[in-house]
Amino acid sequence: MINVLKIVVACFVFCTGIYAHEGHNHQHPSTTTTTTQNNGQTTNHDNTLNNSQDHSTHDHSTHSHQGHDLAAHTDCGHDSHSEFKADETAFHHISDLNVYSIGPWNFPLPCILYSKDQGWSFFSSSKFDIDNHHHGSGNKAVDRYALNMGRVMRIIDASFPMGEVSVQGFTTAETEVDGKKKEINYVCANGQKYELEKTSSVDGGLFGGGFTSFYDFSITKNVFAMLLVIGFMSILFLGMASAYRRKPSTAPTGSQKLFEPIILFLQDEVAKPFIGAKYERFMPLLLAIFFFILSLNLFGQIPFFGGANVTGNLAVTMVLAIIVFIVVNLNGNKHYWEHILWMPGIPAWVKTLITPIEILGVFIKPVTLMLRLFANITAGHIVIIIFISLIFIFGKAGAEPGAAYGASVASVLLALFISAIELLVAFIQAYVFTLLTASYIGAATEEHHHPEKNHH
Amino acid sequence: MNLLFIISWIEFSPIKPEVGLLFWSTVVFSIFWLVIGKLAFKPIIKALNDRSNTIQESLDAANRAKEEMKNLQSENERIMSEAREEKMRIIKEAKDAANSIVNDAKDKAKEEAQRITINAKNEIENAKMAALVDVKNQVGTMATDIAEKIIRRNLANDASHQEYVKKLVDEVKMN
Amino acid sequence: MTGSIVAIGMGLAAIGAGIGVGTIGGKALEAIARQPEAIGDIRANMILTAALVEGAALIAILMAFLVK
Repeated sequence: MINVLKIVVACFVFCTGIYAHEGHNHQHPSTTTTTTQNNGQTTNHDNTLNNSQDHSTHDHSTHSHQGHDLAAHTDCGHDSHSEFKADETAFHHISDLNVYSIGPWNFPLPCILYSKDQGWSFFSSSKFDIDNHHHGSGNKAVDRYALNMGRVMRIIDASFPMGEVSVQGFTTAETEVDGKKKEINYVCANGQKYELEKTSSVDGGLFGGGFTSFYDFSITKNVFAMLLVIGFMSILFLGMASAYRRKPSTAPTGSQKLFEPIILFLQDEVAKPFIGAKYERFMPLLLAIFFFILSLNLFGQIPFFGGANVTGNLAVTMVLAIIVFIVVNLNGNKHYWEHILWMPGIPAWVKTLITPIEILGVFIKPVTLMLRLFANITAGHIVIIIFISLIFIFGKAGAEPGAAYGASVASVLLALFISAIELLVAFIQAYVFTLLTASYIGAATEEHHHPEKNHH
Repeated sequence: MNLLFIISWIEFSPIKPEVGLLFWSTVVFSIFWLVIGKLAFKPIIKALNDRSNTIQESLDAANRAKEEMKNLQSENERIMSEAREEKMRIIKEAKDAANSIVNDAKDKAKEEAQRITINAKNEIENAKMAALVDVKNQVGTMATDIAEKIIRRNLANDASHQEYVKKLVDEVKMN
Repeated sequence: MTGSIVAIGMGLAAIGAGIGVGTIGGKALEAIARQPEAIGDIRANMILTAALVEGAALIAILMAFLVK
C-alpha cells in the first residue's frame, strides 16, 4: 500500500528532476567541477586521455541521441556554479560511501582495498583530503585510488604515479558499449584526465556493474553502520542472555521488557504456526534476521545521522536472501523435493510443465525477498530526501526564496508524514522478511502424511 | 534528457551488490546469526520457555492445590454431615432408649402397682376372711356365751336346745 | 522518449499492485469485522499475500530499471 504511494511519488519526482534537468542547458554538475557538454560521439570504455581530448572540440549536434547529449566532458578546473539535482542528491545519500557524512562534515573511514596489480592497501579515507563542500570528493589520489563523490575508485592508467597526488577534480562521460550506455568517471590530475574504475560488483553487468580491477573491502558507511548497530544489538542481547542466566525466574527488567514481547511474538505468531514442531531449531535464524533488518531499518531512519541505507542495499539483502535460500534448501525434506521435481498426484504431462515452474520458484522466492526489502527501504529513503529536495527544486536552489519558503512548509509536513510511515515500514518489512522465511522453511520441512489428498 | 539517461548517468550504486559489502554483510550477519544466536538467542529462548513452563507449572500446581482444597473441603463437609447424622442418630437412639426405659419402667411400675394392689387386695381379703373368721368365732363364742347364759337360764336342762344351738353355730362357721 | 514509456510501465505496475493490495486489505478488514477473534491469522495471511503481490510490482519496477 505504502510502496505504491512511494513509487508514484518517486515517479513524479523523477519527472520533476527531469524537467529541472532539461530546463538548464544540459548542465551536468556531478562532481567538484561542473561540466561542459560536447558531442555524443561514442567513446570506447578503454579509451582514456586521447579520446576525451579529441572530443572536446566536436560540435554539439554531431551525434545526439534523441536530441540530447550522451557524452559529457568536464573541463577540469573550470568551476561554474553547480545547480541542485534532487535525483542526484537522493542517489548520493542512499549510496554506500567511503566517508560517513553527517550534515556538512565528512568523517573518514578506513579503506581496505585490493587490486590484482597492487595487492592490498590499507589507509584512512582522510588521506584523500576530503573536500567538505562537494559531496565528499577527495583532493588527493592515494596509490592510484581516488575518492569521487565519497566513493573510492581506481585509476586504471598504470603510468599514474603511486603515493599521494593532488587532483583538480572529477568528471563524467557517457559512452555506448555494445549498445548499452555506460558512464565513465575521470579524474583530472596534472592537467590530464585519467579514467576511473568502480569497485567490483556481482550484478553481472545487469545494472552497469561487474568485476573490475579492484575490490573494495573498506569499512564503508554501510559496513560501519552495520558494525555499530549489530555490535550494539549483540551486546544488548548478550546482556539479556546473561541476565536470564543470572536470575532465571524474576520479572523482566530493562531491555528484557522491550524485546521479550517481540521474541515471544516471533516465536508464537511466526515460528510455531509456520514451521511447526521443529521451530526451535530455526529460532536463532529468524530472530537474527528480524533484529538485523529491524535495527538497521530504524538506524537508517534517524535524521541527521547519515541515513545509512544498509538494508536498502542489494548486497545486504542478497546476503540475507542467499542465507535463507541455503537454509531452506538444506533443510528441505523428501516431500519438498518430490513436490518440486515430480509433483505427485497429477498427470505426467502436467508434471513436465509444473517442474520447471517449481524449480524457478525455488530461486524466485529468495530473489523476491531480496528485492522487496531493498526496494522498500530504498524507496523510503528516496521519497524522504526528495520531499526535502522539493524546497530546493521549487526555490531553484536559492534563486526563488519565496517558492522555497512555501515549499518548505509543505515538504517538511510531507516528509514528517512519510517518516512516520517509514517507521511502520521498518517494522513491517522486518516482519514480512521473517514471516516469509518462516513460511519457506515451513514448506521445506513440512511432513506430508497424505500428499495424494492435497493434489486432486 | 530522458529518465533512463539520468538513471544510468547517476551512480545508482545500491542496486550493484559490491563485493566488499557482500563480504562484510556475510561476516556480520553470520556472526549475528551463529555466534550471537548460540550465545544469546538460544539461552534467551530457553529462559523464556523455561519461565513460561515454570509459570504454567505454578498455575497447574495452584489449580491442583485449589482442586485439592475443594476436595478437602467437600470431604470435611461430608464428615461434618456424617457426624451430624451420627449425632442425630445417637440422639434419636438415646431418646428411643430413654423412652423405652421410661415406658418399661412405667409398665413395670404399673405391673408392680397392680401386683401390689392385687397382693394388697388378697391380703385384705385374707385379713378380712381371717377377721371374719375371727369375728365369726368371737361372735359365735359371744353368741354361744350369750346364748349359754340365756339358755343356761332356761334351757339348762334342755338337751335338745343345746344341740340345736350347736348346729346353728356350725352353720354360721361354714359361712 | 523511451524514458516516458518506462515511467508509464512503473505507473502501471504501481496501479496493479495498488489494486491487488487494496483488495487484500479490504477483504482482510471485512474478514476481521466478521470474525474479530481470528485477527492474528488474518493479519499474518494478509501481510503474506500483500508481500507476494508487492513482490510482483517490485520485480516489474526493477525490470523497468533494467530495460535500456
